[in-house]
Amino acid sequence: MLISKDLIKKHGLKTDEFSKIVKLIGREPNLLELGIFSAMWNEHCSYKSSKKYLKKLPTKNKSVIQGPGENAGVIDIGDNDAIIFKIESHNHPSFIEPYQGAATGVGGILRDVFTMGARPIATLNSIHFGSPEHPKTKNLLNGVVSGIGGYGNCMGIPNAGGEVKFNSCFNENNLVNAMAVGHVNKNKIFYSKAKGVNQLVVYVGSKTGRDGIHGASMASAEFDENSEDKKPTVQVGDPFTEKLLLEACLELMKGDSIISIQDMGAAGLTSSSVEMASKGNLGIEIDLDKVPCREEQMTPYEMMLSESQERMLIIIKNGDEKNAEKIFKKWDLDFSIIGKTTNTKNLDLYFHGSKVANLPITSLSTDVPIYDRKWKKTPLPKKEKNLVNYKKLKILDSLKKILSSPNNSSKEWVWEQYDNTVMGDTVQKNGGDASVIRIHGKNKGIALTVDSSSHYCFAYPQFGGMQVVCEAWRNLVSVGARPLAITNCLNFGNPEKEIVMGQFVECLNGISDACTYLDFPIVSGNVSFYNETNNKSIEPTPTIGGVGVILNLNNMVSQSLKSINSLVLVIGKTNGHMHQSELFREVCNINSGPPPEINLFNEKNNGLILLKLIEKKLIKAAHDVSSGGIILALTEMCLLGDIGAKIKINSNNLSNIEYLFAEDQSRYLVEIDEKDQKATFNILKENDIFYEMIAETKKESLDFDKEFSINLKDLKKINTDWFTKYNEIK
Amino acid sequence: MNSSVIVFPGSNCDRDIAVALEKFKIKNKMVWHNETNLPKSDLVVLPGGFSYGDYLRTGCIAGKSKIINDVIKHAKKGGLLLGICNGFQILTEASLLPGILLRNKKLKFISKDVFIKVLNFKNSFCSNYKDKNIIKIPIAHNEGNFFANNNLLDRLEDKNLIAFKYCDIKGDINELSNPNGSSKNIAGIFNENKNILGMMPHPERSIDPFLSSEDGSLIFKSLLK
Repeated sequence: MLISKDLIKKHGLKTDEFSKIVKLIGREPNLLELGIFSAMWNEHCSYKSSKKYLKKLPTKNKSVIQGPGENAGVIDIGDNDAIIFKIESHNHPSFIEPYQGAATGVGGILRDVFTMGARPIATLNSIHFGSPEHPKTKNLLNGVVSGIGGYGNCMGIPNAGGEVKFNSCFNENNLVNAMAVGHVNKNKIFYSKAKGVNQLVVYVGSKTGRDGIHGASMASAEFDENSEDKKPTVQVGDPFTEKLLLEACLELMKGDSIISIQDMGAAGLTSSSVEMASKGNLGIEIDLDKVPCREEQMTPYEMMLSESQERMLIIIKNGDEKNAEKIFKKWDLDFSIIGKTTNTKNLDLYFHGSKVANLPITSLSTDVPIYDRKWKKTPLPKKEKNLVNYKKLKILDSLKKILSSPNNSSKEWVWEQYDNTVMGDTVQKNGGDASVIRIHGKNKGIALTVDSSSHYCFAYPQFGGMQVVCEAWRNLVSVGARPLAITNCLNFGNPEKEIVMGQFVECLNGISDACTYLDFPIVSGNVSFYNETNNKSIEPTPTIGGVGVILNLNNMVSQSLKSINSLVLVIGKTNGHMHQSELFREVCNINSGPPPEINLFNEKNNGLILLKLIEKKLIKAAHDVSSGGIILALTEMCLLGDIGAKIKINSNNLSNIEYLFAEDQSRYLVEIDEKDQKATFNILKENDIFYEMIAETKKESLDFDKEFSINLKDLKKINTDWFTKYNEIK
Repeated sequence: MNSSVIVFPGSNCDRDIAVALEKFKIKNKMVWHNETNLPKSDLVVLPGGFSYGDYLRTGCIAGKSKIINDVIKHAKKGGLLLGICNGFQILTEASLLPGILLRNKKLKFISKDVFIKVLNFKNSFCSNYKDKNIIKIPIAHNEGNFFANNNLLDRLEDKNLIAFKYCDIKGDINELSNPNGSSKNIAGIFNENKNILGMMPHPERSIDPFLSSEDGSLIFKSLLK
């Protein structure tokens, strides 16, 4: 069969890429082989636009056991305990079919974690939608939240929160980034690298159907008005089967018959077999007649490109197959020996007795083109001069407006749909700075957070990228955790556009600088380009998932105020940075200007000293100051603890509104006992930390001089009403 | 005391309840759904989760599974039987408890801490709640909306077979304190002999000071008496 130009284009390949393929294999590929190339050479699987820059990121420190390149990253938290985690996007499918897209996003990332031998102990997610008024938003929000809950609840893995945001730039491209975290004994980690010739290639899990064909290629192109037609490329999930697969895999992993294991995620059987062979520098031979199929008369093309869920590929020691099969049969799962490892370094596929594909593994892995795309710098926006009107705003009115805005409203409506207490180790639930999950049976825990700030990144990508990493670091510190490492999900538009590529390069520079300085390496992640519809791209949105450790859970803190008559301090200096703040965006409708800049020395110093104060038991509550500034942070502390506060401002340089709403970085609010004042101040002074008193706690209301006093019950209502009203069934 | 926790494909609170039982020194065995004989047990627990993927109806397939015959025998002989969440759904599907659990009124999964009032202390599960009858405990379910016709509701009330009702922090039982639309705010019920208890809230998730509540502990302490 002759491969036409049209066929090449339909497979998402460029003409010059096709010429390279012909050169690599010395002939034209057949249709099946073309499909395989399209699955491996697309942006989603190959990282061809991003690889050059990803290579420069800091990925190591003393706690990293495994950095990027495996199913997920692995860090050491002491006593033989390791944490395996990763975040991944499922943006494109979730826009086409929100429930299934989000559900399979959760399913896919969970498999990445248990493939490596870990029992998943938490999931988190960062989800972004268009403006609430946009006709699609309500349906997408409800579908995505139900999908995330539907999958995770059935799996019995607690949801540790994350973020839910709205911004009109996501009107036609929502984001669904799912993170999974697992726990494993560090001596029982499984990898995907195949070893040895003539070992058995085993297929386990669900049967292969016709769903998700070309899913990865679909996620490597922008949308247009016909995106609905792409529904068949979305996979359909079955969390029940995944739960069985999880238990069966963990049971098999107790023994030593597994040589290597890889889940079938994007590009299904194709990418799992190629990745395993490529890492082991081996060949692989598959008899497609042995692949368990859900439907009759499936073709090799469909089998190799299906993205049916809940499937794994395992290389098992020759001779151990009987024992392995017994385990999978017990859990009512398919188990089929479909091939073997070879020394040919080729992917050889057989169907009905004849060879239907024969490709060098290198042509699908190391020979994939890498692009050095052109990029353009985003100029640093200037501060608007002559802005004075905002200084006349009423503080309480502004607070109310921000507190009731979709982005700052309480997300209880969302969290309540996710099981967050299953497994009995959730010691700090979603809704705080970071969630804390106890390591089962021990007195230590891990803190987890997911953060992003698309409007900062859009305004000036380098500052934005740096800010997201620092925000994650701060959230972990706020619960008393030592930040250890991060995973990132990089959501951008079309990288073939210079401005988008520039946003990517500069966000990564900011991320890299912050990670290096804070010794906070990146151990896993993914890149999602082409978040674009009809030529309109999303704002650049790198999402950072952070993990920290609390070695003694008795030292954990939370953001809720604990008692009346204690003091609240601001740690870190407030300079009055107003551009890109919630006050400017939500209240004044000013979207221009630069995001706040970060001094990494202060960031690290403030964080580490706060940890020291926490470990010395001087801190009763802590909360980082982020969007909305001091006043929003204080209000959140009051609402969570059901304790009021009387604000007292001691700064003379700024107007009250600037002081309370500015979004300068590297700041925390902390509650301390009056008796601990001296000890706390001494440590802060010794370490050159800037601090100021901001409030005294009291009963039931938030007060500010003679300007206002408002009951917490009223504030709570303002904060929770929006979600309930928006989603009411009429 | 010896207990057995039945593990169905899709159970996901089996480990949690086993941890809780062992914490309170109850000797526990896990029993796979395909077994036909229960080991010697004073207490059998049907755990929470999504047995058989909730396919057909929640608890329906589990209610007809191989091990259930022996579980029914155990209960008929007066053995203690506790069904939590999906376990409660299984108990109603196996006709060991009356009534049925419908989808939550607002058609959404609900996961949160609620308050419940303990209404009957004269049984093996709740005797320790005498001094603390308003407790905080988590729920996490999609089908927890207990439904019964008026005759049955009257019978449950008359015979004092309602174990728990959803309430607020002060113990008031009203529509606002009803999270899922259950008839009469019912969160758990007994059979006539009070050796079978079905409940939607999760006592096994509220057993130590690091969790949001410890109030579930008293069930296990009561069992030990």
